[in-house]
Amino acid sequence: MAEFIIDDTVDITDVVCPTTFVKAKVALEELDDGQILSIRMNDGEPVQNVPRSIKEEGHQILKLTDNGDGTYNLIVKKVGD
Amino acid sequence: MAVDYSTLKKGGFMRQKQKNNFSLRLRVVGGNLTAKQLAKIAEVAEKFGDGYVHLTSRQSVEIPFIKLDDIDEVKNALAEGDVQPGVCGPRVRTITACQGQAICPSGCIDTYALAKELDERYFARELPHKFKFGITGCQNNCLKAEENDLGIKGGIQVKWREKECIGCGVCEKACRKGAISIKDGKIEIDDGKCNFCGRCCKSCPVDAWDTVHGYIVSFGGLFGNSINKGETIIPFIEDKEKLFAICDAAIHFFEDNAKSGERFKFTVDRVGKEKFKEVIMEAYNG
Repeated sequence: MAEFIIDDTVDITDVVCPTTFVKAKVALEELDDGQILSIRMNDGEPVQNVPRSIKEEGHQILKLTDNGDGTYNLIVKKVGD
Repeated sequence: MAVDYSTLKKGGFMRQKQKNNFSLRLRVVGGNLTAKQLAKIAEVAEKFGDGYVHLTSRQSVEIPFIKLDDIDEVKNALAEGDVQPGVCGPRVRTITACQGQAICPSGCIDTYALAKELDERYFARELPHKFKFGITGCQNNCLKAEENDLGIKGGIQVKWREKECIGCGVCEKACRKGAISIKDGKIEIDDGKCNFCGRCCKSCPVDAWDTVHGYIVSFGGLFGNSINKGETIIPFIEDKEKLFAICDAAIHFFEDNAKSGERFKFTVDRVGKEKFKEVIMEAYNG
């Protein structure tokens, strides 16, 4: 999405639950407060559950985009250090 | 003097195969016991039983091998630890519950608080046959609500708040029922598909939803000699007072219509589902 400047990306389509969330969480830990991560995830369980887990960690979700190939990008702003 | 087994059973003392031995069922509400209660139960099992307890299929605890002569002493000892005997036979049984929203991230209602209220209201109430209440906090249904004569399932009724919505699209994917669609930046909910699971509002990054936490009630569940899944015949219930009015109506219906030894489902079937629905809808509409 053009309106967001992506600082980093992570692809979690190669792992399954609960590693999906762990991989996303580790990627977020690498960032500074306010930076933006794009997380590529599969349709189904990951896209149903990962956004909520990221929310519960206190980060700010900005957008979910459909890549049209069975994957989605979740754009997240890191909150906290 | 002859032993009055039915009075003992009513008081939670279940006759064992072994003569003059009883498995003492305890009063547990919503599956919770305090450390103090557990310590006293352990002490009594050690001193008066066989040094172990049995966890029942409905969240109670039984202390096997209690001797007939020790019954009064056991009751007094348990009372010191805030433990009371449970019940068996034709009456309202243990109110079961999952951990609910106080503990569980998926929970939509405070199941334990509700279990306590139902316990105070109905526990051990005499009826034509056993009557079981079970409370589960959400659609995951860990407590298997529909197995019970009256099952209660927590849910969340949602209404989209357009002003707060950032249009991220997370809710559309979080919904497992396909009830949410986004058209021209506006969210549409198919009420026929929504099952009140609350996944949309729980996953929403900006909480752009008005929510009402309430109850989905099922009637006539059985999971013993006969098996039947309890049926939901009324809409989502938004408040607790209405829920209690409905529980009252169901229990009164059972009390007034059941033959002795007839489970709730069979009373409803015999008297007529439509007649029962009328009674419940009257309570629902206040």
